[in-house]
Amino acid sequence: MATAPFDTASPVRTPLQTQTVDLVARFPGIVAADARPGYTGFIVNKENLVEVATAVRDELGFDLLTAVTGVDYIAENKMEVVYHAYKTTGGAGLVFKVQVERVDPIEVPSLINIWAGVDFQEREAWDLYGIKFTGHPDLRRILMWEGFEGHPLRKDWKEPFFEEETKPFKSRWPEGKHTFSEQKNPFRDNLNFPQNFDPDKYVVDKEEDLYVSLERYTTKDVEGNMKTDHIVVNMGPHHPSTHGVLRVAVTLDGETIIGLKPVMGYLHRNHDKIGERNTYLQNIPFTDRLDYFNSMSNNFGYAITVEKLMKIQVAERAEYIRVIMAELSRVQNHLIFIGMLMNDLGAMYTPSLYTFKERELILDVFEAVSGARMMCNYFRFGGVVRDIPDDVLHKIKGLVSERLPAKADEMERFLNENEILVARLKNIHVLNAEDAIRYSVTGPVLRAAGVPYDLRRADPYSIYDRFDFDVAVRHNGDMMDNYLIRFDEIRQSLRILEQALKQIPQGPINSQKPAYQVRVPAGEAYGRIESPKGELGFYVVSNGKPNPYRYHVRPASFVNLTAVEKMCVGTKIADFVALLAMLDIVMGELDR
Amino acid sequence: MDYEKLSLPNYNIPEDIQNAVAITTLDRLYNWGRRSSVWPLMFGLACCAIEMIAAQTARYDMARFGMEVMRPTPRQADMMLVSGTVTKKMLPSIIRLYNQMPEPKYVVAMGACASSGGPFKEGYNVVAGIDKFLPVDVYIPGCPPTPQALIAGLIKLQEKIDKESIKTVRWYNKEKFDGNYVPMPILGPDLIDVRRHAEIRDIAATKESA
Repeated sequence: MATAPFDTASPVRTPLQTQTVDLVARFPGIVAADARPGYTGFIVNKENLVEVATAVRDELGFDLLTAVTGVDYIAENKMEVVYHAYKTTGGAGLVFKVQVERVDPIEVPSLINIWAGVDFQEREAWDLYGIKFTGHPDLRRILMWEGFEGHPLRKDWKEPFFEEETKPFKSRWPEGKHTFSEQKNPFRDNLNFPQNFDPDKYVVDKEEDLYVSLERYTTKDVEGNMKTDHIVVNMGPHHPSTHGVLRVAVTLDGETIIGLKPVMGYLHRNHDKIGERNTYLQNIPFTDRLDYFNSMSNNFGYAITVEKLMKIQVAERAEYIRVIMAELSRVQNHLIFIGMLMNDLGAMYTPSLYTFKERELILDVFEAVSGARMMCNYFRFGGVVRDIPDDVLHKIKGLVSERLPAKADEMERFLNENEILVARLKNIHVLNAEDAIRYSVTGPVLRAAGVPYDLRRADPYSIYDRFDFDVAVRHNGDMMDNYLIRFDEIRQSLRILEQALKQIPQGPINSQKPAYQVRVPAGEAYGRIESPKGELGFYVVSNGKPNPYRYHVRPASFVNLTAVEKMCVGTKIADFVALLAMLDIVMGELDR
Repeated sequence: MDYEKLSLPNYNIPEDIQNAVAITTLDRLYNWGRRSSVWPLMFGLACCAIEMIAAQTARYDMARFGMEVMRPTPRQADMMLVSGTVTKKMLPSIIRLYNQMPEPKYVVAMGACASSGGPFKEGYNVVAGIDKFLPVDVYIPGCPPTPQALIAGLIKLQEKIDKESIKTVRWYNKEKFDGNYVPMPILGPDLIDVRRHAEIRDIAATKESA
């Protein structure tokens, strides 16, 4: 079978415009340039935030708001909210910030009516920083549970196993006498209760707010039809189709979804808090465990962010090795995606056995270069940690030029025209381009909706501007296109790999000397890469010390999930299972 | 199972009926049945779950040990493979699942997180090891353990089952058996272990205000 006609966006080869936006001139007296050394962007008055944000979207054309996060500047007694806005046509972004006094209640107007995609991110900032977003319709805790004591990312909030502000802890180095954390905590465990807390009198939260928020939607009783009751179903956190420990509360009318809320945080492993205690280098293995299918991509995102802060170049050979690893990672991610999607559609196991077989071959490559199959911990600032041996390079060449293209064809031949598959995917869960952008959706899901937004082309990082490849785009935005675009992306990745393997030069693999501690000048940086699941961003603030002051991950799955409510209301519950597979969420990244 | 493993060594059974007759103990027969059909709960928590899936696939093939039948419902599962970081928010669900599993049941802690909290131990939402709440039979080290390590751990579990006797296992003993009921913790200002109410109250009363 010939593959489906392939849509390509016209390759953008024009040099990308640099940031020339001057918000200060547009809003005198309201907006000030951020003058702190190492910082960029603008500081907006809290009162005028909605007005400025509307202008940023409508007049300046920054239609995609990707990241929203808080920063706690406790020394200046300020709480800051940082927004990163981009254009879907490509180019550099616009950073604007709001600073508020660090006195409760901390209130910032919500931007949910301008960019619907801020929904979960604002809830996260409320949960972890206690910043109240006025006007947000459903401001509940998102990662922790209702009733949890305190807002964990505030600098004056200490976790129960707190030892010191920053690593390495003195007890481990130089003293070398560690004790169990349990022995230092009064409760002898990872617990912290407020003074005079009495568990007998504690009233457990019944999650009423969650169920009230589900009642936003109502169905009309049609005259003559049978009157039906609504039923609330909780899928997960243990459910075979939720790809981990996601929970979804769904209100059903028969089989039709009339209200849906994802509940997450069941794998909230406190990456941000731990990341702020770690040194810069210690964070690399933690990034592995974000999106645990793609540790190479996660390393990549973090490495380029810190390199941006350090203002260092990456060794030429290492750049190529990075691209090879990131693209291999994308191929194996999409292979798993196809297998898992088939599982969720009811084609249990057989297709995924085929896809996992190919994935193992790519994991062999990862194991050969890094020593680990999944948690590679391979990137270092300025390069990578080990060189690729020649025989491994040869093996990759064989995979890329022969095995994987043939296998991709084979899978398409087996699956694409299957009647059940087409019936389950075609014209279901259509997400149009406008909504996708409004909900800050990125990655393959956005491109399947017809927006040719791929960071490798729209805002090239590393050496992606040297390769000839097409941005895979499809135009219907339904699940079928979402499925087909993964094959397109596999083919494009193989194209990049072929070129990278031809061009890879000899030379050093790191521009820096290996060091346990890196010197990072004060400032902020937001680095982002096109991870297989969408835009993976890292926002790192340095104050010149050996540990990051703020370490924030902007996960693709988390933000992409914002659109799920919009996509599902009015559709059938069985299709929702397929949609979860389609969004390609991974809980490690979603909950962090 | 082959004749040598099933039959007791002291009885001489004529060779021509060895494939039809064996003299053995109930324990041996029972353990053989149990160890060859340990059905795991289809239950993934984090990164380790991916290696658990990889162990199911063609290259590693857990089916060789009678363990390919992953059951999504705890009612049909024999073994809970705690594959990943146990968070405080998730813990009540895990314990509910465990309580719903019928005996005999086994718990395998896969990876550093499930065994001890692993790299995330210092996190405020992380339980430092599932063994604080559930009785763990086998710990598998690694972050994540490779499929080979997982299979090695499961073979250890089989060896453990081989040594059991129905006279001594807790689920057939009226005195020892308490339904194996683990009380569900509550999510309060922090995770409240209901077995420690009094202790928590006393310590909280003497605690200095932060």
